[in-house]
Amino acid sequence: MATKPLLKISGLRAGIDDTPILKGIDLEIGQGEIHAIMGRNGSGKTTTANVIMGHPDFEVEEGEVLLEGNSLLELEAWERAREGVFLSFQYPQSVPGLQVGNFLRKSVSSIRGEDEAKGGGFRDSLKQAMESLDIPRSFLSRYVNDGFSGGEKKRFEILQLMLLKPKLAVLDETDSGLDIDGIRTVAEGVNAAIRGTDSGALIITHYSRILEHVMPDKIHVLMDGKIVASGGPELATKLEEHGYEWLKED
Amino acid sequence: MAMNGLRRTDGLMGDNLEAREAVGDYKAGWHDPENSTIRFDFGLSEEVVREISNLKNEPSWMTEMRVKAFNHFIERPMPKWGNTHLLEEIDFDKICYYLRSSESTERDWEDVPDDIRNTFERLGIPEAEQKWLSGVTAQYESEAVYHSIREDLEEQGVIFLDMDSGLRDFPEIVKKWFCSVVPLTDNKFAALNTAVWSGGSFIYVPKGVHVEMPVQAYFRINAKNMGQFERTLIIADEGSSIHYVEGCTAPSYSTDSLHSAVVELVALPGSHIRYSTIQNWSSNVYNLVTKRGIAHENAKIEWVDGNIGSKLTMKYPAVILKGEGSHAEVISVAYSGDGQHQDAGAKIHHLASNTTSKILSKSISKSGGRGSYRGMVTVSPKADNCKLNVVCDALILDEDSRSDTYPTMEVSNPTARCEHEASVSKVSDDQLFYLMSRGHSEEESLAMIVNGFFEPFTRELPMEYAVELNQLMALEMEGSIG
Ligand SMILES: Nc1ncnc2c1ncn2[C@@H]1O[C@H](COP(=O)(O)OP(=O)(O)OP(=O)(O)O)[C@@H](O)[C@H]1O
Ligand SMILES: [Mg+2]
Repeated sequence: MATKPLLKISGLRAGIDDTPILKGIDLEIGQGEIHAIMGRNGSGKTTTANVIMGHPDFEVEEGEVLLEGNSLLELEAWERAREGVFLSFQYPQSVPGLQVGNFLRKSVSSIRGEDEAKGGGFRDSLKQAMESLDIPRSFLSRYVNDGFSGGEKKRFEILQLMLLKPKLAVLDETDSGLDIDGIRTVAEGVNAAIRGTDSGALIITHYSRILEHVMPDKIHVLMDGKIVASGGPELATKLEEHGYEWLKED
Repeated sequence: MAMNGLRRTDGLMGDNLEAREAVGDYKAGWHDPENSTIRFDFGLSEEVVREISNLKNEPSWMTEMRVKAFNHFIERPMPKWGNTHLLEEIDFDKICYYLRSSESTERDWEDVPDDIRNTFERLGIPEAEQKWLSGVTAQYESEAVYHSIREDLEEQGVIFLDMDSGLRDFPEIVKKWFCSVVPLTDNKFAALNTAVWSGGSFIYVPKGVHVEMPVQAYFRINAKNMGQFERTLIIADEGSSIHYVEGCTAPSYSTDSLHSAVVELVALPGSHIRYSTIQNWSSNVYNLVTKRGIAHENAKIEWVDGNIGSKLTMKYPAVILKGEGSHAEVISVAYSGDGQHQDAGAKIHHLASNTTSKILSKSISKSGGRGSYRGMVTVSPKADNCKLNVVCDALILDEDSRSDTYPTMEVSNPTARCEHEASVSKVSDDQLFYLMSRGHSEEESLAMIVNGFFEPFTRELPMEYAVELNQLMALEMEGSIG
C-alpha cells in the first residue's frame, strides 16, 4: 500500500466576502517532493497559500485539504503550524517591539516543544542557520521585520523555516526581492530540508531561476483560481519564453 | 540587580489562585478583614483635618497649612476638563479620610501584624526587597506599616523615611521644600492631598551619593470606600542619583475608593532622579495624582509611568526645567480596559536655555476602554536652544474602544527645536495571522503585539517589573478574542 500523500488538496473552492477566488483546485504532493506554482498576478497563488495555512479572512466553500490524510480545514492557523505547516510570506508583517531572538525562541517552543527551544542546542542551530543565510547576529535584538529590507525579510522567513522544521513548507514568492546569492542559498536550504525526507514543499514563484536550483518534481500553472496545466521543469522554461497567453482556454 | 529570569516575585499583582477566582482576572483584588485601630467617620470637615494633624503631633505650621489647603479644596470647583462626568460622581462624603491599621511603622517584617504582613508577602514585597532593592516602604491604608533602608546607605547619609517620620525627624528640610514644587492651590486634588495627607515617602540623597539599586514604595488600599492620600518628597542634592519605584494595588469592590497623591521632586544641580510607577489599582479606584519635579542646572528628571488599573486616572507627570542644561523625560504607558478611562500625559516647562525634553506616550484601549493623552510643553521667551521631542502612539484593539490626544505646545522662543509625532493604529488580521502561523494562539499573538507596543516603556523598567508587566498584559489579553 502506498503511503498517504503529504498534502492532498481536492476540489478546493474558497473566497472572501462572497467573492470566489479559488475555483476548484486539485493538488497532491508526496513525501520528499517539491512542487511549484506559477501564474499571473491575481490568479490565486497567495490565496492558495493562505487557505492552506488557515487565514481567518478566507472562507472555504467546498473541497478538502489533507495533511498526511488528516483534514486541516477545521484547525486554526496556529494549530496547523503545530501540525507541521509553514508559510513563508510574500509580505511578511512587522511587529515593532518584538525582538527577533525572543520571537524565534517562542515559535520553536510552541511548534517543536519547550525542550527544543532551550539551552545550547537551540543556540547552536540558530547560530548555524543564521550563518548559512548570511544574517548578522545583530538581527537577534532587532524587532521582527521592522525596518528590514525586502531581501532581509525573505531571509528571515527562511531562517524560521530552518528552525521550525515543518512537514510542509509553502514558499510564497520567497525568491522575489532576493539577490542571486540569496536565491541559491534559499534553494540549497529547501533541497536540504526536503529531499530524502518525509517533508515536502510548495514553491510559488514568477521566475524559473529558483526552479533551476530546486528542480521541482512538478510545476502547476494557476489561472483564475484553477490549475490549468501541470508538467515537469520544461514547463517553467516554456512559460518564461512564451508567457501565459497560450494557456488561455479557448 | 538579580537577574532571575522568568521566575517571578509578583511584586505588583500577587499570584494566588483562590484570590484570582474570587475577583476574576484582577490578581490583586482580594481583601483582608479590616482590623483598624483608628478609623475616622466618612466625610471631611476642618475638624477632621485638625484631628489628623493632632493625631500625628504635627508642628503648628503644618496644621495651618492643612487647614488652608482644606479651605482651598472646598472653594475650588471641580476641573472642567478631563472626564467631568466621572469626576462629578465622586462622593466626598462617602470616603474615609484616615484609617490606621497598625500602631507603628516597623523595621522588621516580623513585627508587622500578621494579616498585613501576609498581604505584602502575597504581593512579593519582602522577597523583592531581599533580592534587589536598596530600601522599602510599605503603606497600608493611611500609614506606612514597614520601612527599611540598607545600612550602608544610611551611613552615607541617605534619608529614606515615611513622610510622617520625615516631618518629625527633619522638620526644617520638610518645611523648606514641602509645597515648593506643587503649591497647595495648584489644583483641587492637590489641595485635598495637602489637607489630609498621610504616609508617602521622604527621601534626601546627600551630595554626590549614588543610590545604585532602586528603592521601592508599595501602596495598598484594603478597606472599602477608602481615601489614600500619600505625600512624597524627594530631594536629590548636587551630583547625586536615585531611582524610586512605586507600585499600587487595591481590592476589587463595587463601591469606589479614591487615591489622590502628591509627589514633589527636587533635583539640585547635576543630580538625577528617576521615578517609576506601575499603577495597577482595581477598577473601582479613582486615581487623581499630581506629580511634579523641578530640575536645576544640568539635573535630570525622568518619570516612567505605567497606568494599567483604576476606574479613572488623571495624571500628568510634570517637570519644570529651571536650570540651564537640565533634561526631562516622561515615558508613559496606559492600558484602558472595560470601564476604564486613563487620562494621562505629561507637562514640561522649559524655563532655561539649553534644556531638553522627551515625551513618549503609548496607550492601548480595549473592550470599550478609553485612553486620552493630554500633554503640554512650553518654552519661555528667555530659554534659548531648547530641544523637545513628543511622540504619542495609540493602539486600539476593537471597535468599541476609544483614543484621543490633546497635545499642546507653546513655544515662545524661535531657537527651539520641536519634534512631534503621533500615531493611532489598529491590530490587523494580517499581523495576527503572521504570528499565528508561527504556532501562537490568537491571544498569545495579541499579547506579543501589545507587549511589543509597550516595549519602549518596559525596557526602561528594572527587569523584574518588565517581566511582570508583560505577564500582566498577557493576562489582560486572555478571553479578549471574540
Ligand atoms: N483579502 C482580500 N480581499 C479582497 N480580495 C482579495 C483578498 N485577497 C486576495 N484577493 C483577490 O483575489 C485574487 C487573487 O489574489 P492572490 O493574492 O491570491 O493573487 P496572487 O496569485 O498571489 O498574485 P501575485 O502574483 O500578484 O502575488 C486577486 O484578484 C485579489 O485581488
Ligand atoms: Mg501573491
